[in-house]
Formats: sequence, C-alpha cells, structure tokens
Amino acid sequence: MHEVTLIVNGVPRQARVPARRLLSDFLRHDLGLTGTHVGCEHGVCGACTVLLDGQPVRACLTFAVSVTGQEVTTVEGLAKDGELSPVQRAFAECHGLQCGFCTPGFLTTVTAFLRENPAPADDEAIEAVAGNLCRCTGYQNIVKSVHRAAELMAEEGP
Amino acid sequence: MAEAVEALAAAGADGKVLAGGQSLIPLMNMRLAAPGQLVDINHVAGLGEITAEAGGVRVGALARHAEVEASETAFAAQPLVRRALRLVAHPAVRNRGTTVGSIVHADPAAEMPAVLALLGGSVRARGPEGERDIPAAEFFTGPMESSLRTGELAVSAFFPAAEGGTAIVEVARRHGDYAMAGVAALVGPDHARVACLSVGAVPVVVDVTEAEGDWARAARIVRERIEPEADIHATADYRRHLTGVLAERALKEAADA
Ligand SMILES: Cc1cc2nc3c(=O)[nH]c(=O)nc-3n(C[C@H](O)[C@H](O)[C@H](O)COP(=O)(O)OP(=O)(O)OC[C@H]3O[C@@H](n4cnc5c(N)ncnc54)[C@H](O)[C@@H]3O)c2cc1C
Ligand code: FES
Ligand code: FES
Repeated sequence: MHEVTLIVNGVPRQARVPARRLLSDFLRHDLGLTGTHVGCEHGVCGACTVLLDGQPVRACLTFAVSVTGQEVTTVEGLAKDGELSPVQRAFAECHGLQCGFCTPGFLTTVTAFLRENPAPADDEAIEAVAGNLCRCTGYQNIVKSVHRAAELMAEEGP
Repeated sequence: MAEAVEALAAAGADGKVLAGGQSLIPLMNMRLAAPGQLVDINHVAGLGEITAEAGGVRVGALARHAEVEASETAFAAQPLVRRALRLVAHPAVRNRGTTVGSIVHADPAAEMPAVLALLGGSVRARGPEGERDIPAAEFFTGPMESSLRTGELAVSAFFPAAEGGTAIVEVARRHGDYAMAGVAALVGPDHARVACLSVGAVPVVVDVTEAEGDWARAARIVRERIEPEADIHATADYRRHLTGVLAERALKEAADA
C-alpha cells in the first residue's frame, strides 16, 4: 500500500492505495469524485481526461502513485464559486452534450486547449476534440461549443 | 538512476519498466500483461533531458512525446522527429507517453521506431554490466520485441541529423490511430531510403538509391521488399499497394524538403 497525496482542484487529498490503483479509480472510488468518467480504460475514448499540472492526460492510463504530489484538475474543479466556467456554459448553451457521459473529458480537454489557443480556427477546434469520443451529439455542437467558449472567454477576460 | 537499474536487475524477468504507461497500462487493463513488478521511472532524476549532440539529438527516457515535439533543440537537429510525433496518438496521450518508451515498446505500427530505423539512430541502455549503445538496425528484433536484455533500462535514444531532406506520410482509419500503412523517407545527395510501418515484424528499411530519383520505380522496389499481413483494417494486398503510394509521396516530399 502507498500513501498518495494529490492536490485535487486546489485541495490536498490523501489516501492509502495499492500501487496498481489507476488515477481514475483513485478519484472516483477513493476520493468520491465521480465526475471523471470511465469509458474504455485503454486510452481511446477520452472520457477520463483530467488535467495533470494543467495538461490533459488519460486518468485511466496513469497510476495514482506515479503522480503523487502533482496537481490534478477534474471536471468538478472547473466551476469557480458556484459559477460554471465559460467552457461549461458554452456546452450548455450550444447543446454540446446529450447523455453527458463523454462531457467531463471534453470539458477538461477544451479548457486546456483554449488556454493555449484562445481563438482557434475550425480545423484546429476539430482536431482539439479528435481524441475524445461521443456517441450522441455527432460532434457538430461540440465544435460550436468550442468556438462559443472562446468567445465567452474573450468577452470576459482572464 | 542507479536505484532503478538495481531494482530492475533484482526483479529479473518478472520486472518491467513503467515510463508513460500509455502502452503498458492499456495492456494491463485489458489483462494482456501482468508483470509481477513495475519499476516506475517517472520520478528518476536526469532522464528527461533533450540535448543537442554532435550530429544529432539525444532524447532522455522520460522526455514525453509532447515535450520532444515542442523542443526546438530536437527540431533544429532533426525536423522529422517533430513531424512524426504529430502523427502519434492524440495530445492527451502524448502528454504522458515517452518517445523512448515507444521505441522500446517496438510496435511495428509505431512511428518513432521507424524514424529511428530510417535515420540509423541508436538506443543507450544501462544494466548491471554497464552502459551500451545499440544501433537501431540491431535494436528491433520482432513485433514488440527488442534486443534490450532483462534488467536493462533504456536511458535515451539518439536521432542523427542525417544529410538530406526527410518526410513522413501515413494513412490511418481515424485521426490519431495507429497507421494502416506509413512511410518515412530520407533523400540525400547520393542516397535515398525509406522506413515502412505496419508491413512487417519490425520497421522495414529499404534502400532505394538505385531508383536514382525515379520515385515511381522506388515505389516498385519497396512493394517487392515488404511482406505485409492482413488484419481487420486492411488486406495484405491493399497494404502493399498503399505503402508503394506512400513511399513515392514521402520520397518526393523529402527530395523537395
Ligand atoms: C489511444 C492511444 C493511441 C496511440 N496511438 C499511437 C500511435 O498512433 N502511434 C504510436 O507510435 N503510438 C501510439 N500509442 C502509444 C504511445 O505512443 C505510447 O506512449 C508508447 O508506445 C509507449 O511509451 P510509454 O512511455 O507510454 O511507455 P510504457 O507504456 O510505460 O511502456 C511500454 C513498454 O516499454 C517498456 N519501457 C518503456 N520505457 C522503457 C525504458 N526507458 N527502458 C526499458 N523499458 C522501457 C515498458 O516496460 C513496456 O514494456 C497510442 C497509445 C494510446 C493509448
Ligand atoms: S476511459 Fe480513459 S480513455 Fe477511455
Ligand atoms: S453526450 Fe452522450 S456520449 Fe457524448
């Protein structure tokens, strides 16, 4: 068993877990943060994507013990003071989700992407979400949401 | 690093290195691999460096695909490295997966082993008996198999600058997937060669200097040399055809680069 401490959404969180514990299971089962979804567990669907020190990674392909001491942002950490983030509002406004299973992964991925590319062209927006699968929306509204989020962020400033 | 090498040696055949985990953890999650012990190198100091050396660039075992892709040092020494990395999986996988890990994993469908083979690079390994450099031509021994010995840690890979222009092209079912076929090419003043992915047990390097700039002829040479297999994505014939087309394209692009 290993003592694992992570800064999750700005708060230090600790648990004793086996070396084999995936970061996705650590978040969901040990910390009770079930916003991070698990679809395929082999890196393909992107539902489990979280930000590790600000960069998107697959929580299902990372052992919690490997990232001890690092910062993790999950979908629960995107809203600030009870207000949805611009990316979350854009997805709601543009119907960028239906069942919502894939959504946490899209939200974290798009949040990191827009930080690096605040005004993406259409093909850039499409490529940004190409590593996330959605069985419901057909992606059109997700791409719209990316553009809308960029607009909201530009309007509201940092 | 000494501790990692020791732990690996102590674990013997039961031990495996855990680098980015982007190939090993899927295999474990699917219960296709069940290593007894993992030696996690993610916190080992001194393994993440990307350094310019005479005649090329050395990439440390912990340099993530995304870091190597963004590295101006690597790009200046060998631009093919960045171009090839953009074809490896998706950014979220590249943020964690390592370039050296992908070479050691030695998937014949992977881009970076082919790039290393094309350029005639090498892998630096450290084991209980010390350090050695393994040339790419001897490194890849079969699908997912390398000449790395039990207990050896790959500490870095060296990508030579190589004289001439380079290019890489591939066709994948979906953006970010492993390629059905792909070709990396190097064309210099008096040499031309390609490395093909997904058409053999290891990256297949074919010297096409004798085509003398007739890239359609080079494509025919490549088609004769490869032995692709069929799988759910493509028939063997289609792979052979496609590899020829891609070889011609990559060679043209490399010659113009
Ligand atoms: C969805 C998805 C899509 C992908 N698509 C592609 C693709 O299109 N092209 C591509 O090339 N790759 C692709 N990959 C694989 C990715 O590039 C991996 O990062 C890479 O293959 C392995 O690197 P790693 O650092 O994650 O290694 P790990 O998964 O940690 O290790 C892989 C193997 O190499 C060994 N190993 C790793 N590092 C060392 C070392 N320093 N010394 C000794 N042994 C070592 C491990 O023991 C293990 O056997 C994809 C992965 C995923 C999940
Ligand atoms: S659950 Fe991690 S990528 Fe699908
Ligand atoms: S909204 Fe249902 S999977 Fe994307």
